[in-house]
Amino acid sequence: MPRTTLLEQGPGLLADPPRATLSRAVDALLDVVDLQTHFVTRGGVVRAVDGVSWDVAEGETVALVGESGCGKSVSALSIMRLVAAPAGRIVGGRVVFKGRDLLSLDEDAMRRVRGREIAMIFQEPMTSLNPVLTIGRQMTEGLETHLGMTPTAARTRAAELLSMVGIPDPARRLVQYPHQFSGGMRQRMMIAMALACEPSLVLADEPTTALDVTIQAQILELMKSLSRRLGVAMLMITHNLGVVARYADRVNVMYAGKIIERGTAREIYANPRHPYTLGLLRSVPRLDEPRRARLDPIEGQPPDLSRLPGGCSFAPRCAFRIERCAVETPPLRPIGAAGPSQGEDKHVSACWEAEHLNAARAAAGGRR
Amino acid sequence: MSTPRGGTSEVLLEVRNLVKHFEVGGGLFGGRRGVVRAVDGVSFSIGRGETLGLVGESGCGKTTTGRCILQLEAPTSGEIFFEGRDLTKLGPDGLRAVRRRLQVIFQDPYSSLNPRMTVGDIIAEPLGVHGIVRGAGARRDRVRDLLRKVGLLPQHAARYPHQMSGGQRQRVGIARALAMEPALIVCDEPVSALDVSIQAQIINLLEDLQADLGLTYLFIAHDLAVVRHISDRVAVMYLGKIVELADRKTLYDDPLHPYTRALLSAVPIPDPELEARREHLVLRGEVPSPLNPPAGCVFHPRCPIAEDRCRSVVPELREVKPGHWAACLLA
Repeated sequence: MPRTTLLEQGPGLLADPPRATLSRAVDALLDVVDLQTHFVTRGGVVRAVDGVSWDVAEGETVALVGESGCGKSVSALSIMRLVAAPAGRIVGGRVVFKGRDLLSLDEDAMRRVRGREIAMIFQEPMTSLNPVLTIGRQMTEGLETHLGMTPTAARTRAAELLSMVGIPDPARRLVQYPHQFSGGMRQRMMIAMALACEPSLVLADEPTTALDVTIQAQILELMKSLSRRLGVAMLMITHNLGVVARYADRVNVMYAGKIIERGTAREIYANPRHPYTLGLLRSVPRLDEPRRARLDPIEGQPPDLSRLPGGCSFAPRCAFRIERCAVETPPLRPIGAAGPSQGEDKHVSACWEAEHLNAARAAAGGRR
Repeated sequence: MSTPRGGTSEVLLEVRNLVKHFEVGGGLFGGRRGVVRAVDGVSFSIGRGETLGLVGESGCGKTTTGRCILQLEAPTSGEIFFEGRDLTKLGPDGLRAVRRRLQVIFQDPYSSLNPRMTVGDIIAEPLGVHGIVRGAGARRDRVRDLLRKVGLLPQHAARYPHQMSGGQRQRVGIARALAMEPALIVCDEPVSALDVSIQAQIINLLEDLQADLGLTYLFIAHDLAVVRHISDRVAVMYLGKIVELADRKTLYDDPLHPYTRALLSAVPIPDPELEARREHLVLRGEVPSPLNPPAGCVFHPRCPIAEDRCRSVVPELREVKPGHWAACLLA
């Protein structure tokens, strides 16, 4: 998809251009292959990311969903090679971005990728901004180092970026400090900074979790319209199933360091084929459905990653487990091999009982 | 103004025209003096055995309202009747007796439990302090009962909070509150720090305990779906005021206040097909500062249907339909 620069975008271009094609092109923009990131702790080795593979096509929004400690944030940090050493280390796999393996780049080359080609938006903007530098200084730094702009040009551009994300009176805002911004304004600024160098991929780690629901809606709409307008691909890391449903094209569900289910958002929500995904969807109360007398939680506690059971990590909490689950780890396998969703859109699940989940669910009187 | 109340059950708690202002600025570092109107004239009542949900965004005053009821903050003005007595007029001795009956569960089970005490000691301590259970052996038995009641095992008594998961810690916080045999529990965002799969466990537990023990809850939260699930009636707060109050079904099916409508519209539904068709009412702007709230209706700068008079006339919370209260001139 041809990319235009921010400067060429007039306000009249707000209408959505044709959506980046859902089915992935032959070459993904980002192809993560068998990534493994481990942390050495007193309690033993924690396999925070334990051999995961996923990809993002140009212009696409892909979600990485899971609960705290499942490895979703560490996955993003691994792509940026920002995992805190010496405790954390990427011990295996490849992160192929535009044909190059980022894990094999030297630090100088990697620095040119960060911010310039892949940008990141964090959950809590206050802790990822420097409190003693003005907004203007923090925004122009990347423009000057990555794009070689003069200080004057960078300043003009910074003001344009702020107005693009809906911050009024940008000239005055540029000389202010982060504490003078509200939470929603700070997150708008983080988005402006992330888009400053026109990256082709933005990694957004719980970008709206710290925000109120009406501000969350504003920020997500902004991210969606900008990513479409500018053709930026997005990896959205979140635990919020509603946010994923509204914004993601494809979904990867993570549990205990592994991807346990993947598919298009529609497929995952309408036809979940992993008991964990099913459990997550059933445990949340929903405003669009009649109130249920009782919620259906997932029983038990999230696993301790330094002491995982053998076999499937979810088995101890799983209502569908069979003997095999405690012995053999199920690989990601396609669902309904002859189904309509072939190619890269295919629905995969890491569950020995994936094919029987529907029947078992119906027998148990599950919803839908 | 009359106090919005529902049902025919006996009133356990009645809040009348509660106001809590905080003075800011001045002092050592100077700065402009001002008054934050955190809670600005809030009235509601809760019947025995009922759950009232209190929803709103950060800074709307919902937590301060809870803290005033718990007497953790001294209200600037207003009355809080609990079991027939006005808490704001009680002396230290009277309060001590009442506090037993009035407990709290906090949002963050990580910071509300003493990390140096075992779970058993955390639960047993108030039993001794308030003289509810005398004798170490009897207290141990009571702790064991309470642990079982909240879905933990007797052997958890020997653990420290850091040895437990978030959900287990919240269960300890609930056991500690139950130890006092309270009538009312203020639940302040009790599940929002927990993982999605664990939230449902805790909500079910709270509902079971209510059914077993006849508890009354003030359930403070920002998650509208969770509040709908657990509440009998719901009050929506904005900038220190209640803008709408009704029974659960009425409030969610037929909201009258434009802020309630916007809140409900902003919640994403976990269903991509539905989301693709849904119209979203995205509010402009942000919540104004409670240091300098807008004149007239506090919601008017963001309101999609505001008229001229909304800028000057303060709407009273009035009973628009039986049991359905709204503070909107256009409702």
